[in-house]
Amino acid sequence: MQATDFIRLTLGSVFSQHLRSFLTALGIAVGVAAVVLLTSIGEGVHRFVLAEFSQFGTNILAVTPGKNTTFGMSGAVINTVRPLTMEDAEALKRVADVEAVVSVVQGNAEVEFGKRSRRTMIIGAGHAVPAVWQMDVEIGRFLPDDDPRNARAFAVLGSKMADELFGSRSPLGEIVRIAGERFRVIGVMESKGTMLGFDLDDTLFIPAGRALEMFNREGVMEIDLLYRSTANVDQLEEQISRLMQARHGYEDFTIITQEEMLETLGSILDILTLAVGALGGISLLVGGVGILTIMSIAVNERTHEIGLLRALGTRRRQVLGLFLGEAVLLSATGGFAGLVIGAGGAALLGLAIPALPVHTPWYFVLLAELMAVAIGVIAGVAPARRAASLDPVEALRAE
Amino acid sequence: MIELDSIERVFQVGDEEVHALKHVTLTIDKGEYLSIMGPSGSGKSTLLNILGLLDRPTSGTYRLDGIDTTSMGDNEQADTRRHRIGFVFQSYHLVPRLTAAENVALPLMLSGMAPKERHVIVEQALDNVDLLDRAEHRPDQLSGGQRQRVAIARATIMQPTILLADEPTGNLDHISGESVIEVLEALNKQGIILIVVTHDMDIGERAARRIRMVDGSISKDVR
Ligand SMILES: Nc1ncnc2c1ncn2[C@@H]1O[C@H](COP(=O)(O)OP(=O)(O)OP(=O)(O)O)[C@@H](O)[C@H]1O
Ligand SMILES: [Mg+2]
Repeated sequence: MQATDFIRLTLGSVFSQHLRSFLTALGIAVGVAAVVLLTSIGEGVHRFVLAEFSQFGTNILAVTPGKNTTFGMSGAVINTVRPLTMEDAEALKRVADVEAVVSVVQGNAEVEFGKRSRRTMIIGAGHAVPAVWQMDVEIGRFLPDDDPRNARAFAVLGSKMADELFGSRSPLGEIVRIAGERFRVIGVMESKGTMLGFDLDDTLFIPAGRALEMFNREGVMEIDLLYRSTANVDQLEEQISRLMQARHGYEDFTIITQEEMLETLGSILDILTLAVGALGGISLLVGGVGILTIMSIAVNERTHEIGLLRALGTRRRQVLGLFLGEAVLLSATGGFAGLVIGAGGAALLGLAIPALPVHTPWYFVLLAELMAVAIGVIAGVAPARRAASLDPVEALRAE
Repeated sequence: MIELDSIERVFQVGDEEVHALKHVTLTIDKGEYLSIMGPSGSGKSTLLNILGLLDRPTSGTYRLDGIDTTSMGDNEQADTRRHRIGFVFQSYHLVPRLTAAENVALPLMLSGMAPKERHVIVEQALDNVDLLDRAEHRPDQLSGGQRQRVAIARATIMQPTILLADEPTGNLDHISGESVIEVLEALNKQGIILIVVTHDMDIGERAARRIRMVDGSISKDVR
């Protein structure tokens, strides 16, 4: 039988029962739409979160004190951990392919200017922050490349800090008191907005060495380094690990590349997307049951026709193919309609609620359609086999 | 040529065996015109189904043009039906959602012939049964006699050598029945083997060879 005839015959029988075919296909459409919509939201959240984290660049590697197998916890798990020092950072700067290094110390302190004061997050860092974290000053300049052990008392304000303390006045050249110490403001950062609810503009940068003293810490919390994009990350990690072990005597530190972090985060988010997709898959399953039901009914109703086809010399396989074709036609058109509804719904949702990130990747669309077709095959195979196995004489005689 | 040798067909109904055919031996030559008559339940349809390879005998041999059909596989039997055997049923068995032309074209469609090639053949076949003007009508828009003529056009579209008709006029009035029989007889004149099962004496008597079945056996075979 020619393909066009096959399509015409199956289309014909599906269309001759338009209402019930429509309802059956609708079952699949709803399932596919649910899968597409839910995975679109899942994938949107995925991308949103990854974008939030990678706005600081992707060629970053962080060294933190303490040896953990799982990342996420930091700090002194082992008591004999030696603190990461500014000297460690200096040494790391000399590793090939390392472009810039920032030692990070974090803490909260009261910041005062005149009569105004504000408690905020103080980030002790170095001159390389603009390069490593891909953030720049709006006015003035960032911390200079001072000797880390003897850095001048300069401060750079986050944009919100500048607003809160100085209003419309220019803070450049002014003296602020941070935990009682005097710092001269030399720059204001450009606004970075919030990241996952944390206000990046409500911060203040001072030299790391001074932050160590201010918060009375032995070592820095983290050393971030920026490597050349052409670098071999595995080799670099290996090199840094050897250098640090030589300096500390054993491995009492953890190296995390931004890439690894994004990967781990990505796979967690993938599971999330998969889970919501599976939730939608349940309704797809229900749609499959609908096809199974309607095809079983069709085989019963068209027993005479099956008998006739067999009398005309149609092989069992051809009969099987015809009925399977109808099931797949139902599921494939339903699936396609579901794609349109799901993707359209996702787009509308994205427009209606801009805060909700949605993204419909084409391979999900393809996968959902393939799934719909597969469900058609699975649901159609039992009724089609029954049609093919009917005894022609019985089928023709059936009441 | 059809050669039936000692054909038996036993149906198992519960614990009981129903002997629908009992040692039927029958030879039918090319181009013969047969009628099969007999009381209800005498095995006429069963015999026709076996002749048409829709059913397999319980024992005995059936040779079609010298070839043993009982050893054929399912697909081979289907192919033989497609190319050599045409069926006409009492209840027409037209596909309700297809037009007359599409119903007639169905066997050609199933055998993979392109629509363009089919067109001429289908038109000719409809013309032969005088229904060219009804080509685009669906079965529910046709009378009983017209439906049966569509069914005949479909049964003969593959140019089979055997045409089997099981009570083809059973659902028709006298006049439509007459015209259906005339179409069948015209086909027989062109050389097809025509076997008609009927309860109608007048129609039965028209056949050159008349077989009477009683209780699963041939009781009379008159030429
Ligand atoms: N599938 C079957 N299962 C059991 N018995 C059957 C079956 N088909 C036919 N029979 C029996 O075989 C016998 C012959 O049936 P068949 O249909 O050939 O009769 P018939 O001569 O065509 O009758 P009618 O003139 O009423 O059509 C009957 O006794 C019938 O009950
Ligand atoms: Mg009968």
